Amino acid sequence: MTMLDQRGTDAPARQVGIHFDYLLRLGDDSLVLGQRLAEWCGHAPALEIDLSLSNMALDLIGQATLLLDHAGVVEGAGRDADALAFGRDALDYRNCLLVEQPNGDFARTMVRQWLFCTAQSHLFSELTDSSDEALAAIAAKALKELRYHVELSADWIVRLAQGTEESGRRIRDAFDWHWRFVDELFEFDAVEQALAETAIAVDRTMLRAKFDAALSDLLTLSQLEQPAEHYPVTGGRRGHHSEHIGPLLAVMQCLPRAYPGAKW
Amino acid sequence: MSEAMEGDRNPSVAETPNEWPLWEVFVRTRGGLAHRHFGSLHASDGEMALRHARDLYTRRQEGVSLWVVRSSSIIASDPDNADSFFEPAADKIYRHPTFYQIPDVLKHI
Repeated sequence: MTMLDQRGTDAPARQVGIHFDYLLRLGDDSLVLGQRLAEWCGHAPALEIDLSLSNMALDLIGQATLLLDHAGVVEGAGRDADALAFGRDALDYRNCLLVEQPNGDFARTMVRQWLFCTAQSHLFSELTDSSDEALAAIAAKALKELRYHVELSADWIVRLAQGTEESGRRIRDAFDWHWRFVDELFEFDAVEQALAETAIAVDRTMLRAKFDAALSDLLTLSQLEQPAEHYPVTGGRRGHHSEHIGPLLAVMQCLPRAYPGAKW
Repeated sequence: MSEAMEGDRNPSVAETPNEWPLWEVFVRTRGGLAHRHFGSLHASDGEMALRHARDLYTRRQEGVSLWVVRSSSIIASDPDNADSFFEPAADKIYRHPTFYQIPDVLKHI
């Protein structure tokens, strides 16, 4: 059963349903990318990078905790962030496809980080004026973290692009791999349109121009060409995920599911 | 690092061509205090050294300002010469301001 079925038909229940769904989207984006980055722990190219990646992972998991706790309050069914993170299966996850993509090499991880965090920082910048005051406060806190992620990943993209022949090729491959998932970051469907009417959500299509300008600056600085067009892939917001999310959730959820309520 | 650049560097800090150079990190723990040496790290260049320093040494709110310096730029005293460098100061107790009576009313001296 999907969350759409649980929404009911009367207007207030529907409003709660889409509000909850929206917070899941935001929270799941942070959670899944945080989990992905944490996979680097102990495997990064250098100790210094290991710490940077873990720091970013913890920033994102912290954001996810706040967003999913708030989602649980809006839902009003007594679920907290842990219940939502560990108790849902892939079909009920609402993250975009970009964040669940495998880490690949370091170049691919950095390009994914830049693409997501740039779009997300423009979104959160607008959400600081959301009529959902808790969401506005979370967005303001997360914004500082996201901007740092953008700067760090941009620094690495420039260096790898202008490094050796191999590092340059890996960066170009990374943009090429991720480009098909970028359009979904600006998808503005009926759920978000309805929430934008009450100023809870914002129009994501309005963020695209800022994103494109930032990307153009980065590509110029890196002396890279615009990524080739790909047929865009979407579906994450409706629970239609790539095959990569299953193993990610299995690793993340196995302990709390094997030992419900475990504490350490 | 190329041979040509090593002229103004401290040759005792070994740097191999395929490794990032070493940087020393200085952190100002709060406004008004001096930057203090916290440790070192490897980074490709100054900007990245600053980023790594932020992630390595200030992740628990240890500081409000950061300096990074190439380790090879530091000119250090030679431990073998410590005797001639530091011992002559040992018997010059008159250089310490311990021969003055400090009035009790003066605080914080």
